[in-house]
Amino acid sequence: MNMPAVKTRSAVALPARAAAILPFAFRRMPVRTRLLTALGNLAARVLPPLVTIGLALIVWQILCSRTGATLPPPSKVFKDTRELILDPFFDNGGLDKGLFWHMSASLQRVAFGYAMAAVAGVALGTLIGQSVWAMRGLDPIFQVLRTVPPLAWLPLSLAAFRQGHPAAIFVIFITAIWPIIINTAVGIRNIPQDYRNVAAVLRLNQFEFFWKIMIPSAAPYIFTGLRIGIGLSWLAIVAAEMLIGGVGIGFFIWDAWNSSHMSEIILALVYVGVTGFILDRIVASVATFVTRGTAAN
Amino acid sequence: MTPYLKLDHIDKIFTRGSAETDVLREITLTIDKGEYVSIIGHSGCGKSTLLNIVAGLTDATHGGVILENRLVDAPGPDRAVVFQNHSLLPWLTVYDNVRLAVDKVFSSTKPRAERDAWTLHNLDLVQMTHAKDKRPAEISGGMKQRVGIARALAMEPKVLLLDEPFGALDALTRAHLQDSIMNLHQKLGNTIMMITHDVDEAVLLSDRIVMMTNGPAAKIGEVLDVPLPRPRNRLELAANPVYLKCRQRVLEFLYERHRFVEAA
Repeated sequence: MNMPAVKTRSAVALPARAAAILPFAFRRMPVRTRLLTALGNLAARVLPPLVTIGLALIVWQILCSRTGATLPPPSKVFKDTRELILDPFFDNGGLDKGLFWHMSASLQRVAFGYAMAAVAGVALGTLIGQSVWAMRGLDPIFQVLRTVPPLAWLPLSLAAFRQGHPAAIFVIFITAIWPIIINTAVGIRNIPQDYRNVAAVLRLNQFEFFWKIMIPSAAPYIFTGLRIGIGLSWLAIVAAEMLIGGVGIGFFIWDAWNSSHMSEIILALVYVGVTGFILDRIVASVATFVTRGTAAN
Repeated sequence: MTPYLKLDHIDKIFTRGSAETDVLREITLTIDKGEYVSIIGHSGCGKSTLLNIVAGLTDATHGGVILENRLVDAPGPDRAVVFQNHSLLPWLTVYDNVRLAVDKVFSSTKPRAERDAWTLHNLDLVQMTHAKDKRPAEISGGMKQRVGIARALAMEPKVLLLDEPFGALDALTRAHLQDSIMNLHQKLGNTIMMITHDVDEAVLLSDRIVMMTNGPAAKIGEVLDVPLPRPRNRLELAANPVYLKCRQRVLEFLYERHRFVEAA
C-alpha cells in the first residue's frame, strides 16, 4: 500500500532556552571616507543629466542658427529673456508682471483645485471602495466622466461660475479627482482580510477602523492617485489659463505668442516643466514619508 | 457544572449561488478552563472555519458557541486570535501593534501609564522587548509570530485561539515557539484552542486532541486524551511510551482511516 510520506521532525538537539539576541552594532566608517562616497554618488547622479542637457543645447543651437530657422537658438533665447530671468518680481500693474507672479498665480489655482480634489477624491474613493452599492451606482458614471478632456469642462464651468478664476479652479478639480477616486477605491477594496479580522477581533469602531486600518493600508494606492492627480492638474492649468486670461503662466505663454516673443515662450516652457517636476517630487516624497513600512509586509 | 467553552451542534454550509458546500456537520465539543485543545485534520477539512466560528469571524449555519454561559456570535477580544500569517499591521511598530490592542481593550479600566506597562510586560513574556521599536518588516517570521502572541495575550482573552500559528515557520523556530507557548500556558493558565496539521505539535502541546474527518461535511472523528504530565520536555518525550502511543493513534487516524483524498 502506498502510504503518503509522514512528516516527522527529526530529534534535533534544541537549545533549552532562547539564545540572547544581541542588537546589531553598526560600525561607523571614518567621516572622510563617507564624505567621499557621498560626493561620488552625487556626481554619478548629477553628471549624466548635465551631459545630455549640454548635448541637446548644442544640437539645438546648430539647428536653429541656420538662416531661415523659425525658432530661436538657445543663445538668442537667453539674450532675449535675460531681464525676465534676472528680475522675476517686477510688477508694472495690470498683466505686465514678472514670471514669479504668473507662476504663483497658477500655483495658487492648482493648490485650491487640487486640495479640493484630494479631499473629495479620497472621500468618494473610500465610499465606493467600501460599499458595493455605491460602487455599482457611481463607478459607471465616473468611468465615463473621467475620459472627458479637462478643457471640455471649461465652457460649462465658465457658464456656471461666470468668472475665469473659479472656472479654472473647477477645471483643475475635475481633472485631478478621477485618478484619486479610482486609486483610493482600489486601495480600500484591497485591504487584506487579515487586517479586517484584526479590526473585528479588537472591535474597532468605524472611526477607528477608518484612521487606523483603512487609511494606512490604502495609503500607497491613495498616493499613486494623488501623484497622477498633481501631474494632470499642472497639465490642465496651462491650457485653461490660455483661454481664461488673467495673471498666470498659461496666459503668459499665450500673450507671448500673440506678441511673437518665441524666446519668452521657451523660457515659460522650461519653468512649467521644472515646476511640474518639483510638484511631482513633493507628492512622491510625502508619499514615501507617510507610507514608510506600509508596502513591505 | 456547565462547561467553560461549548461548541454546540455546529453546522456550516457555504452557499455560493445555488451551489451549497457542506463544510462542517454536527460539531459538538466542550473545553474546560485552562485546557489546551488541538484540532487536527487534513487541509480543507474545515478546521480553520471551525476556529473562525469560535472567533466570531464566520457565522455558523446551525448551532452556536457558548463561552461562560453566554452565546457568542461576533468577534471580540475575549477570544483573541493568533493568525497563521501573524497579521501585524506593517505601518505600526511592534510596540504599537500590541499597544493598539491594549488601548482598545483596557481604555476604560487602565490609565495610560498602566497600559504602557502592560504592553511592555506582554512583549517581555514573549522576549520581544528588544525589538519594540522595530516595524514588522524588520523582524523575522518567528519574531512576528511572537508579537502576534503578545498581542493576543495582552487582551487577556478567555480563550486563546491559535490558527496554525507555527505553520509558516521553519522547524527550529517552530520548536522554539512551541516551547514558549508551553511555558506561557503553564504560567498563565490560558484556555487554548489550536488548529494544527502537525502531529508532533498536537501531542506535545495538548491536553486533548480533536481529530477531524475529511470534508465535505467534516465531523469530529475521534477525541484523544494526552495523559502526559506537565511541564513537558520534548527531548524526554521522544522515548516516552505514552507519547509514542498518542502519536501512533493520531497518525493511524490521519493516514490509515482518513487518508487525504485529493479529489474530496
